[in-house]
Amino acid sequence: MSEQLDLLPGYLTAHLQIALVALLVGITVSIPLGVLAARVRWLEQPVLGLASVIQTIPGLALLAIMVPLLAAAHLPSIGYLPAFIGLVLYSVLPILRNTVTGLATIDPALVEAARGVGMTPRQRLVRVEFPLALPVIIAGIRTSTVWTVGMATLSTPVGATSLGNYIFSGLQTRNLSAVLVGCIAAATLALTLDGLVRLVAIGWERRRHGMLGVALGALALLYLYTGVTLGRELVQARQERILVGAKTFTEQYILSEILAGQMTHETGMAAAVAQSLGSTVAFDALRSGEIDVYVDYSGTIWATLMHRETGATNRSDVLVEVERFLRDRHGIVVVGALGFENAYALAMRRAMAERLSIRRISDLVVHAPALSIGGDYEFFGRAEWRAVRETYGLGFAAQRSMDPSLMYQAAAQGNVDVISAFSTDGRIAALDLLILKDDRGAIPPYDAVILASARLQHRHPEAIDALRRLVGTIDGDTMRRMNLAVDEGGQSPGAVATVFLDALWRKP
Amino acid sequence: MIEVRRLTKLFGDAPAVRDVSFAVSAGELLALVGGSGCGKTTTLRMINRLIEPTSGTVLIEGQDVSALSGHVLRRGIGYVFQRVGLFPHMTVEQNVAVPLSLLGWEAGRMRGRVGEVLELVEIEPALRQRRPAELSGGQQQRVGVARALAAEPKLMLLDEPFGALDPLTRDRLQRSFLRIRKRLGLTAIFVTHDMVEALLLADRIAVMKDGRLVQVGAPQQLLASPADEVVERLLDTPRRQARAFDELMAGVAR
Repeated sequence: MSEQLDLLPGYLTAHLQIALVALLVGITVSIPLGVLAARVRWLEQPVLGLASVIQTIPGLALLAIMVPLLAAAHLPSIGYLPAFIGLVLYSVLPILRNTVTGLATIDPALVEAARGVGMTPRQRLVRVEFPLALPVIIAGIRTSTVWTVGMATLSTPVGATSLGNYIFSGLQTRNLSAVLVGCIAAATLALTLDGLVRLVAIGWERRRHGMLGVALGALALLYLYTGVTLGRELVQARQERILVGAKTFTEQYILSEILAGQMTHETGMAAAVAQSLGSTVAFDALRSGEIDVYVDYSGTIWATLMHRETGATNRSDVLVEVERFLRDRHGIVVVGALGFENAYALAMRRAMAERLSIRRISDLVVHAPALSIGGDYEFFGRAEWRAVRETYGLGFAAQRSMDPSLMYQAAAQGNVDVISAFSTDGRIAALDLLILKDDRGAIPPYDAVILASARLQHRHPEAIDALRRLVGTIDGDTMRRMNLAVDEGGQSPGAVATVFLDALWRKP
Repeated sequence: MIEVRRLTKLFGDAPAVRDVSFAVSAGELLALVGGSGCGKTTTLRMINRLIEPTSGTVLIEGQDVSALSGHVLRRGIGYVFQRVGLFPHMTVEQNVAVPLSLLGWEAGRMRGRVGEVLELVEIEPALRQRRPAELSGGQQQRVGVARALAAEPKLMLLDEPFGALDPLTRDRLQRSFLRIRKRLGLTAIFVTHDMVEALLLADRIAVMKDGRLVQVGAPQQLLASPADEVVERLLDTPRRQARAFDELMAGVAR
């Protein structure tokens, strides 16, 4: 728990940097837009309609879609920018709607009185209409504040640090206290900001200048802090720093820490980790140079990017072809294979497999129509699943997508019969699951390989050298043990990585 | 001082005011009287261009009001609404100061003038920092009158100013308004559907019906020779009430 709390200042600051700035921009965009929509009647419906449509997009999807959009526009598509833009879009609707409503519901007699005393349209807005609509507008700002602070936890999967790091990595590594710390911190922050805005509103309406001053002062301090830290980070970002990407599962968290630790150790350069990137997000980020290094799996590139037949293939052939493909087509450097495979594999409860005498996927075919299969979010959409189904003629009674961290438990408890396991997951052995042999070679090999950007190789060949020393140092058992230490042993990925590196560095 | 010439207003195809002409001389109070929908309020609003006339002209001291931009024109004309129209987010003083600040008065002079007009309408100093919602209906309308008077307008327009008040308050306000008017020598046009009010307050009465002006004249003139049935009927009510009241009083005296 104290290890979690150590992370809090960093995560909280990063969270504020995204949420507060997005909120400020959201307010400055949506209030004038609301005034305009209230003035120009024909604009009202299209503007409110558009904002509502944006609101109906699930938050995670809205942020995720920013990644390819920004990449297409040749802008930084990982990290702060996609999260920031997604949150700005999300923050607009409540403020916009309340501005329009607040202005539209003003007593017409007051508008006429304002005209009657000789105000120009602009004076009417500034002196009468806007002040009268302000309580409704502030209510909108409060709604938006709570939404935006909550939504900002979804910045993590697009590569921006936030309190969501607690939640996403905590869910993946089954670290409940991390998830709790993340949720409580985000909720407390949302309520605190909401409370401050509320105090501003009350202070204004009831002319309690003391209250108004304290609340505005507190908000100003928060913004000042956010601005200063953000500015400092922008300055630091100009200095050299290596960014290591990690996809959304335990093994990736551990490996990214190992990569970062190794490079810092050998080169003295700062290396940071961008956690919980979506699978293709990580690859796109490397290609566009927004991250410098990450670990991917040969079979994934083979099947998803090269669209190759997944039939029986030799491990080293795949590696060679993948290496050539990445270099020629994307300018990506394959530093080397770590030494283990993390393959997609079908697994089931050992007891059930023995009762039905299933050892190979071929044995499964006759029983499949009576069984259910569970897979991670991407499995059923991947080429490997299609290949397995077609090669063996498999047809299950039911299929369910679920979080990879819950999949093993689900299989062990009999909620599903077969799962798309990752072969290095320590829980396969721990929960007494059996991996079925891919006897007809439908699934390609999945060597874990370190991928680096051409830019890193060009600018810092010493970092590539440092990474090369990791090649062949992690075998399947080592990886399984490290995964299990995090998933079941309650250790943090960072701590497990440190233990591994210490042992590595002690070796002559 | 004011001349209204052949004023007409069509809302779509429906005429609300048809070819209305009258004149008001300086220091005179004219009442526009008629039933609902007769066009009296529309006529009033065309004078300060809250409503733009379809045709016809309004001259104030010989100047065509359409020559000025609407808000500049309205700053020089006091306007009192039936629904008062005080701004709820401002104090009494701030409300009264609005027309002055629009004219760009400096703060000290503005403060002095606000105090003056509030005294004139008998709003005690204790109420001046309050919000309109904390005042009674009568007090609110006094503040409304004070706001209209603040910029020392040449002309006051009043749209059923006392219509929403209880009889006692209305009476007190009417008398107070007469007093102020005499003291300041105001030129004013006020709209009412209440003939009694018109008879008591106005120097001359203009009776409207279906958007047309039926008769303009001093109260005595109207009583002596009503132009038509409409005027006759409007005068009938106060007459009957007066007669009933006399009989009642006679009964009490006996």
